[in-house]
Amino acid sequence: MIVIEDLIHEYGSTRAIDGLSLAVGAGEIFGFLGPNGAGKTTTVRVLTTLTKPTSGKVRLYGVDVLSEPLAVKKHFGVVQQHLSLDRELTARESLEFHARLHRLKKVDREQRIAWLMEYVGLTQYANRLVADMSGGLKRRLQIARALLHGPRLLFLDEPTAGLDAQSRRRLWELIRRMNEDGMTVFLTTHYIEEAESLCNRVGIIDKGKLIALGSPLELRSRLGLFTVETMIDGHMDYAFFADLKTATSYAASRPLQTKTVAVRESNLEDVFVELTGRKVGEEGT
Amino acid sequence: MIGTLRDTYSVAWADIQIVKHLWRQLLLTSLMSPALYLVAFGYGLGRGMTVLGHPYLEFVIPGIISLTTMNTSFNAAGMKLNVDRLFYRSFDEILMSPVSPVSLVLGKSLIGVIRGLGVSLVFVAIGLVVSPITVGPLFIVTLVASCLLFSFLGVLCAMYAKSHQDMATFTSVILTPMTFLGGTFFSLSRIPVWLKVLLNVLPLTHVSACLRAEALGTPFPWSSLLALVAGAAVLFGLCVRVVKRASV
Repeated sequence: MIVIEDLIHEYGSTRAIDGLSLAVGAGEIFGFLGPNGAGKTTTVRVLTTLTKPTSGKVRLYGVDVLSEPLAVKKHFGVVQQHLSLDRELTARESLEFHARLHRLKKVDREQRIAWLMEYVGLTQYANRLVADMSGGLKRRLQIARALLHGPRLLFLDEPTAGLDAQSRRRLWELIRRMNEDGMTVFLTTHYIEEAESLCNRVGIIDKGKLIALGSPLELRSRLGLFTVETMIDGHMDYAFFADLKTATSYAASRPLQTKTVAVRESNLEDVFVELTGRKVGEEGT
Repeated sequence: MIGTLRDTYSVAWADIQIVKHLWRQLLLTSLMSPALYLVAFGYGLGRGMTVLGHPYLEFVIPGIISLTTMNTSFNAAGMKLNVDRLFYRSFDEILMSPVSPVSLVLGKSLIGVIRGLGVSLVFVAIGLVVSPITVGPLFIVTLVASCLLFSFLGVLCAMYAKSHQDMATFTSVILTPMTFLGGTFFSLSRIPVWLKVLLNVLPLTHVSACLRAEALGTPFPWSSLLALVAGAAVLFGLCVRVVKRASV
């Protein structure tokens, strides 16, 4: 469905994407995980025809994005990281505008808008100005807009950035529901919990390069499913183990001057730190 | 062709809805400057003066109307697009839709034409009340050509602008000189030849010439109308080129 081959994009002397190759299949929720500035948004912009890459090939549903941009646009919907909504329109007008841009006939427009308002829980806010909506409502409106023209693939670029915990959970439920209804989802995030909770497969990107690819469980397994955190003389140390028994034995054998010992399940943050020496929340460039 | 027109309307649709929401406020703000020019220059500075054998009030009203088309069309198309691109970032949504660059440019310019024409026609009505000017078909044709040209100019500047300050700079560097030198408030007949040549490069000079000729019943400067149409065509071509470069 999504095939990326040796993609490179440079802004001046900075290489934002560095030889990225990747394939995402139908029905996946694919997570593109990395710190700010790692190249996630640039990749999404290339995939969605907004940025012409320096070199490389990109195909969506077998259609070349670079040579046939108009043909490929009907296949995907996008929820951008920034809200990208006209604040002087109402929620319903925002959807109608998008439906018109995608040439939906009047009957289809009305039906799809009513159904999607219901689907994302916005019916009661239909006539509210975007300017007067909360961040969570705006994000749901963006999702409804991205689904209006019936795409099979949805790009979500940091969809929960800036949302409170409750809105974030509601959005996760919505993403799962869309996926169960047949939507393929390409999700960029720097939230570890989000990637682990939602994604079938995760690609970890750092400084424009794909440094790991697999299911969250596979990636953790390569490292060890259990982590022992120890603190000695103010220095945190991490050790990884395949099973809980070995991890607890190791924890028990720590020297007496060890201030803190904790055994927990490993996570994608551990994977990222082991691969890059930095945390996901730190700047990538 | 029908598809292009339909897409053009689709692109303009959101801007038209906003005008429907805010038309009173937009009309009031757009009429403020021309009304002040009318009072300050028409009734204040120019009272009792004649230019080319006409009372100054009659002379200056077509100039103020040309100024109104320029300012309203440029700002309506350019400022809105600038905000869409850099602040709301909703312009990306249009770029990701299957709308061609031609429809996109026409659609984003249409709101400039609609608002420019609307405000100008209201001011024409005021002009007809306060002064015996004539409004014929060529007057309307010139208004449309002017609104188109300055809407395209607004879109072009908005596409080049990298910040809101850039738009303010474009306004200062491009529109302000035309405001005072584009044949709006004085006749170009008495200025030095070298300056006349320079001022004929400004599109507003030709708008003023066409509107004034129609309003005062003097021979119509067809070459000026041709210059406006040619200028609009060039700006449209540049806009399409810039929009094509804005995405894959």
